[in-house]
Amino acid sequence: MDTQANKLAFDGGWEYAPAPESTDHVKIDKQYELFIGGKFVAPAKGGYFNTVNPATEKKLSRVALATDADVNKAVAAARKAFNGPWSKMKAAERGKYIYRIARILQERAREFSVIESLDGGKPIRESRDIDIPLAAAHFFYYAGWADKLEYAYPGRTAKALGVAGQVIPWNFPLLMAAWKIAPALACGNTVVLKPAETTPLTALKLAEVIQEAGLPDGVVNIVTGAGETGAAIVNHDDVDKVAFTGSTGVGRAIMKSIAGSGKKYTLELGGKAANIIFADAALDQAVEGIVNGIFFNQGHVCCAGSRLLVQESVADDVIERLRERMETLIVGDPLDKNTDIGAINSKQQLGRIESYLKLGVAEGAAMHQSSCSVPAKGYWCRPTIFTGVSQSNRVVQEEIFGPVLAIQTFRTLEEGLSKANNTQYGLSGGIWTDKGSRIFKMTQNVRAGVIWANTFNKFDPTSPFGGYKESGVGREGGLHGLGAYLNLES
Amino acid sequence: MATQAARIPVAKTYKIYIGGKFPRTESGRYYDLQNAKGKVIANICRSSRKDFRNAVVAARAAQPGWASASAYLRGQILYRIAEMLEGRREQFIAEMTVQGVGKKAATEEVDAAVDRLIYYAGWADKYQQIFSAVNPVASSHFNFSVLEATGVVSILAPESSGLLGLVSNIAPTIVGGNSCVVLASESLPLNAVSFAEVLHASDVPGGVVNLLTGYRSELAGQFASHMDVNAVICCDADDDTAADIQVKAADNIKRVIARDGINWSKATAASPYFVADVQETKTTWHPIGS
Repeated sequence: MDTQANKLAFDGGWEYAPAPESTDHVKIDKQYELFIGGKFVAPAKGGYFNTVNPATEKKLSRVALATDADVNKAVAAARKAFNGPWSKMKAAERGKYIYRIARILQERAREFSVIESLDGGKPIRESRDIDIPLAAAHFFYYAGWADKLEYAYPGRTAKALGVAGQVIPWNFPLLMAAWKIAPALACGNTVVLKPAETTPLTALKLAEVIQEAGLPDGVVNIVTGAGETGAAIVNHDDVDKVAFTGSTGVGRAIMKSIAGSGKKYTLELGGKAANIIFADAALDQAVEGIVNGIFFNQGHVCCAGSRLLVQESVADDVIERLRERMETLIVGDPLDKNTDIGAINSKQQLGRIESYLKLGVAEGAAMHQSSCSVPAKGYWCRPTIFTGVSQSNRVVQEEIFGPVLAIQTFRTLEEGLSKANNTQYGLSGGIWTDKGSRIFKMTQNVRAGVIWANTFNKFDPTSPFGGYKESGVGREGGLHGLGAYLNLES
Repeated sequence: MATQAARIPVAKTYKIYIGGKFPRTESGRYYDLQNAKGKVIANICRSSRKDFRNAVVAARAAQPGWASASAYLRGQILYRIAEMLEGRREQFIAEMTVQGVGKKAATEEVDAAVDRLIYYAGWADKYQQIFSAVNPVASSHFNFSVLEATGVVSILAPESSGLLGLVSNIAPTIVGGNSCVVLASESLPLNAVSFAEVLHASDVPGGVVNLLTGYRSELAGQFASHMDVNAVICCDADDDTAADIQVKAADNIKRVIARDGINWSKATAASPYFVADVQETKTTWHPIGS
């Protein structure tokens, strides 16, 4: 293919006028306390930490650091609410509270979107069009399950577990909070939730929404802090269920630490999804799918399509188109509506990604990066692809959690499948082909919990999500997501 | 009659079952099974870690083919197991009574085991319809969730129910396309070995069920820690063992299914939820367009 003749010159004359989202309607307090028993309360030991805007490195707010004493208080408040008003309430009424949360989130959607982008670095387009609407949709979906649980588990009586301890990551702060809180409440549990230390603000804003919705005190408690706070929740004797989303390493540690406690648990862990492109795929669409698969949310996605498997006969063509397309991606201010790729979530994460870039080169791979400029301040990583990698390379095997794609080729369907499945992970996968029978052959045989065929990175509250193998235990979303929050009695 | 020697009974050599074959344990070790009077009934294979690893290799090799067999065929084969067991009722009852179970209780247990196999045979082509879903997503996609086998499942069978407890864990595991490696009851192992012979005669592909005998205390950790096992079912573990199993299972995020205090003779001890316990939910998306 002669791409040279059609090559667009992006190095000049293609300046986009800035289109920044306004922040004037957003209220971020100087300091946030813990949300326990329906009130904002200061941490027992008086510790605080800063949350910064990764695009500017400027401090946004000071957030309470919860210690064991605070976690004890939060769990006690959740227990009291569980034994008290929440378990005595009719299921339909319980559902109405969850509907209220959904509605208030929709009303305040723009405020939440902007804060999500400020605190986490993700493009406003994504927080506005994906994160916040989906978070509201999760509450809306699960609200309706509250009074219908007997239909979810035929032949069994479903009973709430009690207090759910929930620890969520920084890549989709409000959405992950919704994934965790909505089904827990619908099933009649109360919760203690810890957002990630780099992205606590929308969870604290959600606490305001919960107050506004008038939920009984203690039904939802939100405590902020880092790993130690999370461990205090997970290991608390009076927590009945642990829900965790994060790395496989931490998931493994959680499984070990709660061993023998009888606590139920769900784990949504890492991934290294293969995005498999067959020669007969609609290649321009496939390239869009590759871009969406790995560059969505800066690649901070556990189900990101971080391994590209291209059928050999079209590999050069696809890689050329991909490199062209990468050049058009705009990296920069997350609040600019033109931005495709925002800031890396934290300095620490940027360091981790950069160490993998060095490693990939050291392993002998060829690295290609977009030639785009990035702002001087803040944490940035240009979209990056590695070619010439082999199956055993660490950049092929390990989760990088950044905009870094490793490209391999295959000849036959069997080879593609075997490479796709050669991983400890099994969260997601992508298949691109025009042939229906091949889609089914592939989607049936890729060992992963979510398979996108001729699309990628789609989410919906009605749709179960979760991993095979070391990508986790259990499902979130849909009817299947209820099971984790119920005891089924015969 | 003094000149006519009585016929000497032929004692059965109880072996283990790996990959559709009946080897003795590679360890060469055994434990003696005694009756209530302290008389040795049989020398039972004391399986080793190596036996377990061999069994996992066999289970892994057999699993994809078994999972891709049609639900109809899997149902037929489970029904066939029930037929074979029914045909050998007297042997199982006799073995059970030798191990100290009363005749009436033994008869009931064997009959219940046959019925349980038929129960799960019937689920083979039905559980998918109960637990699958077409998900009404808001975007223009067709999206559905189906169950798939988890893979290789290790099973620490119930100690106090040598046949029914064993069958009640194997049947829901394999009906959904998993293969398994099972450790039989340590104190009631005879039926397990004979059940392997039933499986062998029932068109169950070699390797789909592998049955070991031996010491639970010696093997439980292996059942939980092996990196090519996807799920471990642990029946009636004491607290320390249960905790140890979960710790070891964490290394490859194995699914841990604890089945404690279940009265296997009750109807509620048979359920499609036992099938679902060892299934993964896979969600597939495709755009809807022209």
